Amino acid sequence: MSDDLPIIKIEGLSKAFQGPDGEFFALEDINLEIKSGEIFGIIGMSGAGKSTLVRCINFLERPTQGTVYFDGQNLSDLTKKELYKIRQSIGMIFQQFNLLMQRNVLGNVCFPLEIAGVEKDQAVERAKELLSMVGLSDKTYAYPSQLSGGQQQRVAIARALATNPKVLLCDEATSALDPATTKDVLMLLKDINKNLGITIVIITHEMKVIEEICNRVAIIDKSRIAEVGSVEEVFTRPKTAAAKRLVFPEEHSIEMVPGKRCCRIVFNGNSSFEPIIAGMVLDFRQPVNILFADTKNIDGKAFGQMVIQLPDNELTASRMMEYLRAKNLTVEEVDGYV
Amino acid sequence: MFDPEVWIMLGRGLLESLYMTLVSTALAYLLGLPMGIAMVVTDKEGIYPRERFNWILGLIINLFRSIPFLILLIMVLPVTRAIVGTTIGTNATIVPLVIAAAPFIARLVESSLKEVDKGVIEAAQSMGASSMQIITKVLLPEARPSLIVGAAIAVTTILSYSAMAGFIAGGGLGDIAIRYGYHRYQTDIMLVTVVLLVLIVQVLQEAGMRLARLGDKRK
Repeated sequence: MSDDLPIIKIEGLSKAFQGPDGEFFALEDINLEIKSGEIFGIIGMSGAGKSTLVRCINFLERPTQGTVYFDGQNLSDLTKKELYKIRQSIGMIFQQFNLLMQRNVLGNVCFPLEIAGVEKDQAVERAKELLSMVGLSDKTYAYPSQLSGGQQQRVAIARALATNPKVLLCDEATSALDPATTKDVLMLLKDINKNLGITIVIITHEMKVIEEICNRVAIIDKSRIAEVGSVEEVFTRPKTAAAKRLVFPEEHSIEMVPGKRCCRIVFNGNSSFEPIIAGMVLDFRQPVNILFADTKNIDGKAFGQMVIQLPDNELTASRMMEYLRAKNLTVEEVDGYV
Repeated sequence: MFDPEVWIMLGRGLLESLYMTLVSTALAYLLGLPMGIAMVVTDKEGIYPRERFNWILGLIINLFRSIPFLILLIMVLPVTRAIVGTTIGTNATIVPLVIAAAPFIARLVESSLKEVDKGVIEAAQSMGASSMQIITKVLLPEARPSLIVGAAIAVTTILSYSAMAGFIAGGGLGDIAIRYGYHRYQTDIMLVTVVLLVLIVQVLQEAGMRLARLGDKRK
């Protein structure tokens, strides 16, 4: 992994489209830095502009305003040919895989090499190497229509890596896959990042995907970046409403019993291996009601949050909150909705 | 049923019809294929958008498509004479056939190429493919089955146009049908030519469909 120099730097980027009622901004004043070697997530609801943003990184969409630097080069300054060349250093995979249906797996992986003008023998050799890396050597001569979604995405990944890119852009790459396959594909991406040192940019609407493999995340909401930070930070302490909506999507659906005190507990890795809630219940000999719980493993550490209803007794409730704070947990009282 | 000379004449007619149809189809594709590609590529949503050019090309295609073939046959007689040196016979018929079929083929090719998944084109662009590489390595190969089906439609349509050329002594089965069936009331000869035409259409159509199916890797 190299120094702090960002491999991708986006400055004051805006993108306007001509809509039916005049100009409409898909992106407004985006500023982002993606460091070399990291796995960077961009999350947002559909229509937030994230797909447009990822297409601005390789200039499939030209920004209306602002600059995109790739590896120190301003993409706006490049000629068409130079842009074609630089795109060979930016692999991309898609939600619908976008494989050539009339070419077999080998032909698909050879495709970017053909475009780059690599000799056929060399291309075939490289393609076979990549197919064995993604675990599909036995499907070399199969056609995409004969493969499952997960296999097709693996072919797409092999294809995107054929020209030894520095960055891999993933546009909702797991959104068409079932949860188990999603996990496999994410693990493959994680390995690629670790073993090949390729920077990965992941566009998704699923918090799960971000939690699973990203180091840092940007939340995009209504065409703007709402929040950027480490996944840990944004996941445990979302600052903006947009971030909260993504991190606690179920929030509004939990029905509250009136008159009872509730609090949200945030686990931060150190304490989550200890049975805190059970310990508290045993100590106080008072039951608490768990309204919502969502804890998971991020980057080797455990993170999560829980919403509990405290007993009616004010004193017990206050003492319970103190108890939890003493365990180094973030505790905040919530009302109205969780 | 008929004298041997009649059979020989019908055989000649059959060969003439096939000759006109196949040569015209080939030449019409030489013109129509690039036109169809140009329509897709320069479309507002295409890989090389050129709206004004696209509009003008579309207009020219529509213009030729809207002239009834029988009228076009007569309109292009001076062009035919200039190119072939005569206005009768099979070679003379090829000229109006190509002029009529090329814009029709352009539309067939256009609709086939438009079926190619936009995502696949985008993937190629993301790899740094040029517009020419996208045409030769993505659009045409991915649309191959549909293009073959289109070719089967084109060749059968051109065959039926070629029969119409019988009205200006264009040769082939159509010519025989008109001379014997219409001018001499020999309905039986006309019926045989019709049966032959039906058979050729069947064979060509079926062959095209099979070829398309065989080459299609999506199934």
